[in-house]
Parts: sequence; C-alpha cells; structure tokens
Amino acid sequence: MAVPVVRDLVESVRETLRALGAYAIFAVRLARETPRALWRFGLVVEQVHNTGALSLVIIMLSGLFVGMVLGLQGFDLLERFGSEESLGTAAALGLLKELGPVITALLFAGRAGTALASELGLMRATDQLAAMEMMAVDPVRRVVMPRFLGGVISMPLLAAIFSLIGLYGAQLVGVQLMGVDTGQFWSQMRGAVEFGDVMEGVLKSVVFGVACSLVAVFEGYHSVPTAEGVGRATTRTVVISSVSVLLLDYMLTAVML
Amino acid sequence: MRQTRAIELGTGLFVLLGFAALFFLVTQITNREFGLGDDGYRLTATFEQVGGLKPGAPVSMSGVTIGRIESITYDFNEYRARVTLRIEKSYDRIPDDSDAGILTAGLLGGQYLGIGPGSSETFFKDGDQIQFTQSAIVLENLISKFLFSKATEEQPAEGSAKETTQ
Repeated sequence: MAVPVVRDLVESVRETLRALGAYAIFAVRLARETPRALWRFGLVVEQVHNTGALSLVIIMLSGLFVGMVLGLQGFDLLERFGSEESLGTAAALGLLKELGPVITALLFAGRAGTALASELGLMRATDQLAAMEMMAVDPVRRVVMPRFLGGVISMPLLAAIFSLIGLYGAQLVGVQLMGVDTGQFWSQMRGAVEFGDVMEGVLKSVVFGVACSLVAVFEGYHSVPTAEGVGRATTRTVVISSVSVLLLDYMLTAVML
Repeated sequence: MRQTRAIELGTGLFVLLGFAALFFLVTQITNREFGLGDDGYRLTATFEQVGGLKPGAPVSMSGVTIGRIESITYDFNEYRARVTLRIEKSYDRIPDDSDAGILTAGLLGGQYLGIGPGSSETFFKDGDQIQFTQSAIVLENLISKFLFSKATEEQPAEGSAKETTQ
C-alpha cells in the first residue's frame, strides 16, 4: 500500500535530479559557446532589442510605481522615528540592493522570458530546429545563444534604469508630496550609499540575468513539441525563474552582507 | 535594411540609457569621487583609538572636505593605529604643526578626520606625519569615566555630611 507512494517519491526525486543535471550540462554548453557567439554580434543586438529595449516601458512604469510606494511607506515608517530625512538613503539602498534587481528579474521573466520560451518552443514544435540541424546549422549556436546573451546583457541595464526611475519616484512622493527637504534627501543618500552598494545590485542583476535567460532558453529548447508543451514550457519558465531568482537573491544577500 | 537599422537604433538607445543610468547611480548617488586618482599627496597620523573611522571617510578643515582616508593599519612599532590620508593637490598649504582629530558628524553620523591649522610657516609635504593627534571618543570610556568621577565625588560628600551631623 505504501510502496507506490515511495516509488512515486523516488521517481520524482530522480526526475528533479535529472532536470538539474540537464540544466547544468546546458549551462556549460552555453558558457562554452559564449566567446564564439559574441562574434556574431548582429544576432545578439537583435535579441538585446527584443528582450531589453521592448521591456523598457514595463520596467520604467513599474520602477516609477515601486519607487513611489517606497516613498510613501518609507516616509510613514521613518516619520515614527523622527528621521524622515533618511528617506533618500532608505529608498536608494532598498532599490539598488533589493527591489531593483529582484523586481526587474521577475518582470523580465514575465515579459521577456516567456517570449523566449514560447518562441523557441514553437520553433521546436514546427520542426524549425530540426530543419536547421538538417542543414548542418547548430540551432544552439544560431538561435539559442543570441537569445541567452541578449538576456544577460539586457538585465543589468534594465535593473539600473529601474533603480534610477524608482529613486525619482521616491523623490517625487517624499519631497513633493510629503515635504522632505530636497537637499537632505539627496545629501544624506550621497553620504550613506557606497560604490559597493551599487556594484552589489549590478552583480545581483547579472546573476539573475543569467538565471532567467538560462531557464527561458532551456525550457523553450527542450519543450515538448505540441501546443500543450509550448504552453507548459512558458509556465515553467515563469515559475522556475521566479523561484530561482528569489532563492539566489537570498543566497547572494547572505554572502555579500 | 531599414528595419534592421531601426532595431539597431532602438537597441543602441536602450544600451545608452542603461549605461547612463548606471553611470548616474555610481557618480551621483554614492560619495565616491572620481578623477582624484593619484592626484594629491599623502600624510600619515597615528592614533590611540580610531573608533569607527573607515577608509574613504572625508578629511576636513573647518567642515570643507580636502581629502579622504586612504587606509587604516595597525602599527606594531608604536602600538597605535596608523591612518594614511590623501589630501587633494590644491590644498597644499597646511601648516606642519596642524593637529588632527577624529570627530563625528552629527549625533548618529559617520566619523571623519578634522584638521585644525597650526601656526607654522612651513607646510606639510608628501609623506609627512601629523604629530598632534586626538583620538576618537569611545562612548563606553566616556561613560565609565563619568561614573568613576561621580563615585569619587560622592564619597567625600558623604563624609562631610557625617561631620556636620556630629
């Protein structure tokens, strides 16, 4: 009676391990292809456009609202301690180190990751990838690599734009609406934020960029070649990217703090 | 052709915007100053206690930042902390009998190094050491000193009170 349960459990553990191994092998392969893929720069540029430039609007809009909320909440919290002048510092550190990289990565997974996964999945389903192999064109080199690199390049830039817009959102609410002094807002921020804080955010967003892009191209490339399979690959992309981004975020923060 | 050019233009704009944002964050939000580079000259000073002073903290005269702390090491010859400061080139007329003290900006602010000008006719050169230094104030020491002086104050007061009653 209990045996099928145990068998299922063993099966699912084995399946998880297999998926992890497949991810690792795929990641190593992409890393090996990277120098060569950078030579074919035109393809990468096209993908930077697809994943980065086209995500710009949603990133900027989200950044603005996240920053504004941060301004409101931060002001409310800091006012209780009578230190609302520190709002600039709080907003800058929060955005640069946490919210910027993480929310950008989550939005990226939803906006660009799904597009990549469904595009590759559909290529798989309509045998375009098989056709390429037939013509002795390596689809990983020609199709997957530019998309992966495009995502990796776009993510830190998107995160920086997000943080910057968010900062102005916080300034808008904190200074214009709540009446924090402008000079205090910026000068306290400048006094407290270190170069290392900015770099921490950049490092995080690079790691998230690799993670999200890897998940998207892996799931798309290895999707089951049916309509349902493409749908499932898209869903898995969002779920796996989001969870791994939050997990990586915790680990990176713990290491760098 | 026209389409790829549009794509390249959009991408270029996006990349430019991203790097501009990054550049802005690095230069405008942080207190890091670029272009200081190897300009300026170095001074050293030794302190009994540096407290919370950190590399990168400002060196100021009358509240004007004239340089930064470059490094803080422990000197085993003197058994004191050795602080290296880098002063900007334009501030080259600091009298060589000036004193340095570790001060705190505001009640909860960071610590910085303040230089008070002396009256000497000769000025500091690269590699000189500041002779007169004042250590950082450690709150615990201050409190224990205060309590100790309170305790010694109270004992004779008790004695005199007894005398008056007699």
